[in-house]
Amino acid sequence: MSDNLAKASRHLSFLKARERWKPAEMAFWLLLIGVYFVFPSSLVFASQILITGLFALSLDMILGYAGIVTLGHAAFFGIGAYTAGLMAANGLHDPFLGLLGAGIAAGIAGYFCSFLLSRGGDLTRLMITLGIGLLLYEIANSATKYTGGVDGLQGVEIGKLFGLFSFDLYGKTAYIYVLCIAFLLFLFTRSMMHSPYGLALRSIRENQTRALAIGIPISACLTNIYTIAAVMAGIAGALLTQTTQFVGIDVLSFQRSADLLIILIIGGTATMYGGFIGAAVFMFVQDRLSNLNPQYWQFFLGILLIVMTLYLRSGILGGFSRLAHAIGNRRNKEQP
Amino acid sequence: MHSLLGVLFDGLAYGALLFVISVGLSITLGLMGFNNLAHGVFAMAGGYLLVTLMSKAGIGFLPALPIVFCAVAAGSLVLERTLYRSLYKSTPLNQVLLSVGIIFVATAGTNYLWGPGQQPVVIPEWLSGQYDFLGLDLSRYRLFLMAIVALITLALVFGLERTRFGAKIRASVDNQRTAESMGIRVDRVFQLTFALGSGLAGLGGALGVDVLGLDPNFAVKYLVYFLLVVVVGGPGSVFGTLLAALLLGVADIAGKYYVPQFGAFIIYVAMIILLLLFPHGLLGRRKSK
Repeated sequence: MSDNLAKASRHLSFLKARERWKPAEMAFWLLLIGVYFVFPSSLVFASQILITGLFALSLDMILGYAGIVTLGHAAFFGIGAYTAGLMAANGLHDPFLGLLGAGIAAGIAGYFCSFLLSRGGDLTRLMITLGIGLLLYEIANSATKYTGGVDGLQGVEIGKLFGLFSFDLYGKTAYIYVLCIAFLLFLFTRSMMHSPYGLALRSIRENQTRALAIGIPISACLTNIYTIAAVMAGIAGALLTQTTQFVGIDVLSFQRSADLLIILIIGGTATMYGGFIGAAVFMFVQDRLSNLNPQYWQFFLGILLIVMTLYLRSGILGGFSRLAHAIGNRRNKEQP
Repeated sequence: MHSLLGVLFDGLAYGALLFVISVGLSITLGLMGFNNLAHGVFAMAGGYLLVTLMSKAGIGFLPALPIVFCAVAAGSLVLERTLYRSLYKSTPLNQVLLSVGIIFVATAGTNYLWGPGQQPVVIPEWLSGQYDFLGLDLSRYRLFLMAIVALITLALVFGLERTRFGAKIRASVDNQRTAESMGIRVDRVFQLTFALGSGLAGLGGALGVDVLGLDPNFAVKYLVYFLLVVVVGGPGSVFGTLLAALLLGVADIAGKYYVPQFGAFIIYVAMIILLLLFPHGLLGRRKSK
């Protein structure tokens, strides 16, 4: 009896240790607060990185944790962006209301799309997600009366936060706002992924047959996570709309879905922070190289992708953790 | 009535072109299960090669076609050896990323070398113009296209059904492990099929410069169409691919002709519905593992 308890407590302590906040994690968020004071002139760029990171985190839920490859995740980002934009352009200026509306709209879309994903193999799924993304792009493109088409949605006016802080030109309010929302959503994701539900998702990714055999309701889990990820992508889209006060049609483009996938891969999947790190690296290099010549950037990105898939499959964070493992192993050998 | 037949004719020619480009992808996908999104790159390479051969080297349209076929096939073999090979057993995600990388490099490369504009092609005189048939103005070039595609289809079907190599391909598609245990060198079969399919894609790209247009975004713009043809037709099935290509070609042209305000809408809706109804393709078979 006591043996069993000891065993159980060992498992529990393993899970607890996983759940505990590590110093590097705290440093990461403190660093983001520091950015506000150290780089006050590039806060607009910094909040764009955070938004992309949040968007990548939402993709990480379905790709990294549940193992669904999608090429159309921008669909939900775009739905959120347009919902928030249309709400603000039609008299509902409160930012939180906009986030709520965007989340709900994207969530409903995600819920219905998730049923389309339960059919067919990987390639069929890929095509369906790609098709939904392209379809929405076409809708936004042709419904010029509502979305402004290729010119983008104009006249988005965002009200003051809590009726107190207005969004300024330097993006100070916007950065704090984005940082707070991103942190809250991150906390939610983190606790969800450390819960039994998160473990169930991982087991689906690792082996569907066995996951089913130990009683995990696969399709229900996938529907849930796809909806939640869509809500989060929608909120990220709404944040982009609110901080830039504009909606361009590129929020729905294939390029955005593909870039997002690349960002997540660069950062590392199923690591929570991979999306943020990848977004920072990707957007920084893109900013620098695109200034030289946009073709250089695309060429470089292509080469990077090829090299990464061939040699560095776990991304930047994966590379770091392997390095840490290697160092740890050496230490253990030195002190037997 | 006339416009209906005209749309049907244009749609069939368009579908025939889609078939030539996609059939290689269908067979390699059925054979290795490799999610190669970069198949359009081979078609694009074929198109650019044709344009360059004709304008720079002064080679005629017809003699340039076999050169394009061989060159693209040889080039694809190099890629297969260096890049594709190491990812056969990998996850779909890695395969998708690798091929997206190849698309990016190809797009940026062609943009750098040829510029972002559309590439012109001069069709020989005996192929340009119309051919009057029972009051219908049929484009000679499109008739020529359909004739070539009919020849290629016959050759493919004959090759697959009647030759030893075709039997090896069919055996490998149906069950790779059993085929291997019978002494078929599946990887060798795959290599040859890959080269053949890519060569056909190059040929299709070269033939299609006049119909599909050619610019650095070709591979992305038609990516959906090629994949769609393959997925709807069912990977590994030549007839399924032909059927799907013709169906989609006609649907797309008809959609653009009758309801232009919907744009590319129809093809995407058709794709989602078809995939939901036939998750394994029109004529596809479930793969036995």
